[in-house]
Amino acid sequence: MARVETKRGGGDTGLPDLALRGMTLGYLGWMVVLPIVALGYQALAAGPQAFLDAVLDPQAIHALKLTVVTALVMVVINVVMGTATAWVLVRYEFPGKRVMNALIDLPFAVPTVVTGLMLVLLYGPSSVLGTILGQYGFSVIYAQPGIVLALLFVSYPFAIRSVQPVLLELDRAEEEAAATMGASGWLTFWRVTLPTLVPAIITGAGLSFGRALGEFGSVILVAGNQPMKTKTTPLYVFGEIESGNKQGAMAVSLVLLALSLGVLIFLNLYQRRWSPEDGH
Amino acid sequence: MAINQALTGEPNGFNRMSASKWGSLPIGRWLLMTVVIGWFAVLILVPTVALARQAFAAGLAPLGRAMASDEFLRAFGMTIGITLVAVVVNTIFGVCFALVLVRQRFWCKTLADGLVDLPFAISPVVTGLMLVVLYGPDGWIGRYLEAGGFKVVYALPGMILATLFVTLPFVVRGVVPVLQEFGVDQVEAAYILGAGRWVTFWRVTLPSIRWGLAYSVLLLIARSLGEFGAVMVVSGNLLGHTQTATLYVHDGIEGFRPEGAYAASLLLAAVSFFMLIGMGTLRKRVKTSKQT
Repeated sequence: MARVETKRGGGDTGLPDLALRGMTLGYLGWMVVLPIVALGYQALAAGPQAFLDAVLDPQAIHALKLTVVTALVMVVINVVMGTATAWVLVRYEFPGKRVMNALIDLPFAVPTVVTGLMLVLLYGPSSVLGTILGQYGFSVIYAQPGIVLALLFVSYPFAIRSVQPVLLELDRAEEEAAATMGASGWLTFWRVTLPTLVPAIITGAGLSFGRALGEFGSVILVAGNQPMKTKTTPLYVFGEIESGNKQGAMAVSLVLLALSLGVLIFLNLYQRRWSPEDGH
Repeated sequence: MAINQALTGEPNGFNRMSASKWGSLPIGRWLLMTVVIGWFAVLILVPTVALARQAFAAGLAPLGRAMASDEFLRAFGMTIGITLVAVVVNTIFGVCFALVLVRQRFWCKTLADGLVDLPFAISPVVTGLMLVVLYGPDGWIGRYLEAGGFKVVYALPGMILATLFVTLPFVVRGVVPVLQEFGVDQVEAAYILGAGRWVTFWRVTLPSIRWGLAYSVLLLIARSLGEFGAVMVVSGNLLGHTQTATLYVHDGIEGFRPEGAYAASLLLAAVSFFMLIGMGTLRKRVKTSKQT
C-alpha cells in the first residue's frame, strides 16, 4: 500500500524506480552523450589553431555555405508549398484525397539512398527528362538544383504535418466574421488565418532546415562529388573521413553538430513559448 | 515536442471540417488545388514511378536474378538482423524511459527529455564519425576493446551501434504522450487491489499503450531499414562482408552494377509503402483508443 503513496507523491521513489531511472539514464548517457563529448574533445584536442585551420579550409567553408544556402532555398519553397498542401488537404474535398494524405509521409519511410536513386533516374543525364532539360542548358543532377530537389523531397512532410493539425483545430468563427464584414477570401487568409498559422509554419521550417543541414543519403547520389561546386558539409565530412583527414572531418562535424543543436534548441524554446497550453 | 508532432501528425481527421462541395469551386480554389496536387505528383509520385519503370525495364528475369544473388540476400539478411536488434533494444529502453519520464520526478528531467531528441537532429555522417572516434582503435572505449580482440568499428557491432543511435528517440516519443493521456488512476487501482509492479505493467500499462507503441516501433523499423550515412561511415563499406541493403544500393550505382541497385531499391520502396499503410491504420487505432 505504501507504494501507492510514493507513486502519487512522485518525489521519493522505491528501489525499482531508482534502478529503472539509473539504467535508462545510463543508456542515454552512454549512447548519446558520450559520443558527442568524445567528438568534441578529440576535435579540440589538437589545439584551437588546428581546429580553426580545419574549419577555415576554403573547401570546408564553401561546403558550409552551400549547405546553408540550399537549405534556405528549400525552406522558402517548402514553407509555401507545404502550407498550401496542408490547406488543400484540410479545406477541400477531392477524389483521392485520402490516398494523397497517406502518401505525403512516403519521404519519411523511403530510405534516403533510394530517394537519391529515384531522382537520378528521373532527372539524370541519361533520362528522357534530363536530356530535354540538358538541351536547354539546364542540368539538375550533379548540380545544385538537384541538391535542392532532394532536400525538398525529404522534408516535404515536415512542412505539412506541422501546419495540418493547427489548421484542423482552427476556429473558423473569426474567418466567417471577417467574411461577413466584407473581407475577400485572400484578405481573410492574409489577415486572419495566416497569423494563427505562423508558429506552426516556423516549426515546420525549423524542422525542414535541421533535416536539410545533415541530409546525406539522397544528396550523395544527386550531387556527384565535385569539391567547391556540389559538395555539401555532410559530403565534405564523409570525403575527409575517406581520405584519412580525421582532424578536418572532426572539426567540421563539430560545427555542423553545433548548427543542428542550435536549430533543435531554438525549436524547443519556440515551442514552449507558443505551446497551446499557454494560450498564445 | 516539435518533431513528435510532425511524426505523428493529425492526418485522418480532415473530414470534420465542412469542406466545400466537390464541383462548386470558384476558379481560385481550382487553381490552388491543381498547383498543390501537381506539386505533390511531381515531387513524390513521378520519381517513385520512374524507379519502378526502370526496375522493370529489362523484364522480370534480370530483376529476379538480381534478387536471388548471394550478395543481395546477404545484404538484406544483414539489414533484417540489425533491425531486429534495434527493435528489441530500443523498444525496451523506450518503454522504460517513457515510464521514467512520465511517472518520476528528478532534477535533470528536462535535460534528459531534450537529450532523447538529439539523434533526430544530428547528421548521419556525424553520427558515424562520433562512433569511429569513440570506438575506433585509438578511441576512449575502442582502445580497450581492440586490445581484447573485439572489433567494433568497420564491423557488425559498429553498424548495430549506429542503428541503435539513430532509432533511439522513436519509442520514447511515441509512448510518452500515450502514457500521459492514460494517467495513473488504473495503475493505482491495480496496486490497491494487490497487484505487483510486474503484473500491473503487463496487465494494465502495456495494453493501454499498445497501439502507440506499435506505431512508434513501425517508425523505428522504417528508419532502421533505411539508415545509410551512419552505417556507411562505421562499416568502412567492405564488399559483401559488412553490407546492408542501403549500402548495397549505393555500391550498385557507384560500381556500375545497376540491376542490383534497382532491385534492392524497388524492394525497399515497396516495404516502406506497406509500412506507410500500416502506420495509417495504427494511427487510427491510437486515436480511437484515446477517445474511449
